[in-house]
Amino acid sequence: MELWKLFEWAAWIVSAILLLYIFVDMIRVGAEYDEDLLLSSREGADELLEAQKHD
Amino acid sequence: MTDATTASAPPQPQRLQLLRVLGPVHVWALGVGIVLVGEFMGWNFSVAKGGAMGSLIACWVIGLLYTCVAMIDSEVTSTVAAAGGQYAQAKHIVGPLMAFNVGMYLVMAYTMLEAADALVVGDLLHQVAGQFGYAMLDPKPFVVLTIAVLAWLNYRGIFATLSINFVITAVAFLTIVVLFFALKPWDPTAALHHKELLTGLPYGWIGVIAAFQFGIWYYLGIEGTCQAAEEVRSVGRSLPLGTMTGMITLLIAASLTWYVASGLVPWQYLGQASVPLFDTARLTGSRFLEVFLFVGTLFSAVASANGTITDAARAWFSMSRDRYMPQWFGAVHPRFRTPFRAVVFLVPVAVSFAFTGLLDQVITFSILSGLLGYTFMSFNMIKFRKQWPLGSIKRAYTHPFHPVPAITLMALCITTYFATYLGYGSQLLAMMGFYIVASLWFHFHRYKYVRRADQFTMPWPRPRLSR
Repeated sequence: MELWKLFEWAAWIVSAILLLYIFVDMIRVGAEYDEDLLLSSREGADELLEAQKHD
Repeated sequence: MTDATTASAPPQPQRLQLLRVLGPVHVWALGVGIVLVGEFMGWNFSVAKGGAMGSLIACWVIGLLYTCVAMIDSEVTSTVAAAGGQYAQAKHIVGPLMAFNVGMYLVMAYTMLEAADALVVGDLLHQVAGQFGYAMLDPKPFVVLTIAVLAWLNYRGIFATLSINFVITAVAFLTIVVLFFALKPWDPTAALHHKELLTGLPYGWIGVIAAFQFGIWYYLGIEGTCQAAEEVRSVGRSLPLGTMTGMITLLIAASLTWYVASGLVPWQYLGQASVPLFDTARLTGSRFLEVFLFVGTLFSAVASANGTITDAARAWFSMSRDRYMPQWFGAVHPRFRTPFRAVVFLVPVAVSFAFTGLLDQVITFSILSGLLGYTFMSFNMIKFRKQWPLGSIKRAYTHPFHPVPAITLMALCITTYFATYLGYGSQLLAMMGFYIVASLWFHFHRYKYVRRADQFTMPWPRPRLSR
């Protein structure tokens, strides 16, 4: 019984660590990199677009 | 970049794109991974509506609906190869309001499915703990753990995420095949009892129509393959190949599932079971099959949650990149090349849905959102072929028999709406109301932020005007 309780706590702790990791990394990336660069992605598959342009 | 980091950081690229690393195997893992959980649970509610034979008819008729979806998707995606899948297709072919709605259907359908999958993982572990004598296990930490681990995977890269999905989906599929062969299908009376258990149509043909709504569980999510279009190598070849082989896999899995479950479990029980394949394995009396099918059920739920995070994040990312939603969410991680802000944003949304605990309501909203998307797909296809006929633009894949698949899809969607209305009329109306309000918000408020000229990226000729 105690073992299952331990699993519950372990699940909460591991979840908190992983969610904290991605949240902190997201903030760090936002502070470290220029926003224009982060938002510079453009829609479309380059190779397909290139193939269409050449046709 | 800020001044503080200019000196130490390596030179940055001019533009950040999602990483193009996926092959047909990953496309298969994404599509089948999302769907396969539907063979382990959910499909059997169709048995309660139409009996075992009614469920089989629903399985094949809805299979036809999804085959039409896969064919249409494969052609359009091999031309509009962009993250966001059907959202990007609707944007180019019909217009912004349709695109906004389709994008919302995608985000809602996948996020709610993710919540439902996490709930299933929590419930399964609760049941296991109960079998070991601890009936008080709280499923909530395991629901959050499932979402957290998979969000972390998705945050760190698409290649590892879908490689893992391939392995766990393949194991889950294998469990169905092993169960099928363990029941000696070459000798139909040895372990199975179809002759005694198949009792015709208990509620007549109206029961069969009502079963269509739950027949969707066999295939819901296969269209999600095209969300990853921007990350697939040789997209014109890999996407149709991964999607169509995925659809074939699901048709086989659905038929095997129906065959083994309906041959061992009476329809009155099968129609109510929460984990029908696991229950079928228990009825065989084999401890190995019981454990193996438990693993299959667990893996299928995890694979589904994983794939839905991938898809929901890409739909949200694409809408944000076009400013249909705040542009901040349209960012790409400079190292992992993932839509990282979209992944993080959808975590609390999924956890909130999961904590409601209303599995059937969450799933119904997910199914209805998917169904709305399929309905518009048939309009899109007819308009696509009319405005850009064959030969006018490059298509890596052209589906046969146009417009038969589009018309068939429309007819089957209308029939399934009717089936849904029979069982979940109020939810259907509530969902319509939600999307109408959202559309009004987009039209009167949000659309002014969209850069109208920037959203159309395909180098196509001007569309042929409708006569």
